[in-house]
Amino acid sequence: MLAYCGVVADDLFKALADPTRRTILDELAEKSGQTLFEICSRLSMKHQLGISRQAVSQHLAVLEAAGLVETRREGRYKFHDLNTAPLRQIAERWLVPDTSGPGKSAP
Amino acid sequence: MKIHLTSVFVDDQAKAERFYTEILGFVKKHDVPVGEKDRWLTVVSPDEPDGTELLLEPAGHPAVKTYQDALVEDGIPLAQFAVDDVKAEYERMRGLGVRFTQEPLEMGPVTTAVFDDTCGNLIQIATTPQ
Repeated sequence: MLAYCGVVADDLFKALADPTRRTILDELAEKSGQTLFEICSRLSMKHQLGISRQAVSQHLAVLEAAGLVETRREGRYKFHDLNTAPLRQIAERWLVPDTSGPGKSAP
Repeated sequence: MKIHLTSVFVDDQAKAERFYTEILGFVKKHDVPVGEKDRWLTVVSPDEPDGTELLLEPAGHPAVKTYQDALVEDGIPLAQFAVDDVKAEYERMRGLGVRFTQEPLEMGPVTTAVFDDTCGNLIQIATTPQ
């Protein structure tokens, strides 16, 4: 179980380590359900990123492996959705125990 | 040299004629029978009757469907038409049941949206910067 979590965390941190991938997550947070074409348009027109469609596809594959992006087919179309659930692992990993509970009054 | 004609492959010319005239508002320019069932079918913008013609070309070649499906899956439009107001067109067309794969998106001076022409293609509408 610990090893499994380690693998998941590696994928997650790797996915978040790249600024272009973080920008893709920003754009999907603004609007979920985007086609590859819309993601490419946003990166080039809004962020002036000169990046090929193939490269964007590869970034999306890394984000999908980390569970941060999910793809959904609707008929002939394919849409990408943001899933922030894996980020909870990060917050929970270094969670500081709450010490300000009842029975401990401040001096 | 001028671009006087460009084309999109359509899976059904009668359906395409209805969509491109009744929904998009283009007008028919040429309609000439070719072979047994195909037509040389072109439309133009009512604003530019002598402008570029769009040929609604029968998607008879076996490679066309593979090509169209691959582009549609990734949301890639085959043609771009200019409109005065993308959001207004989006509302108008959605009211007529048109499916959009990209809602109006403002990107600097340009606003775009992408819809399904029901004949196998995605088409982009855009406002051009003034």
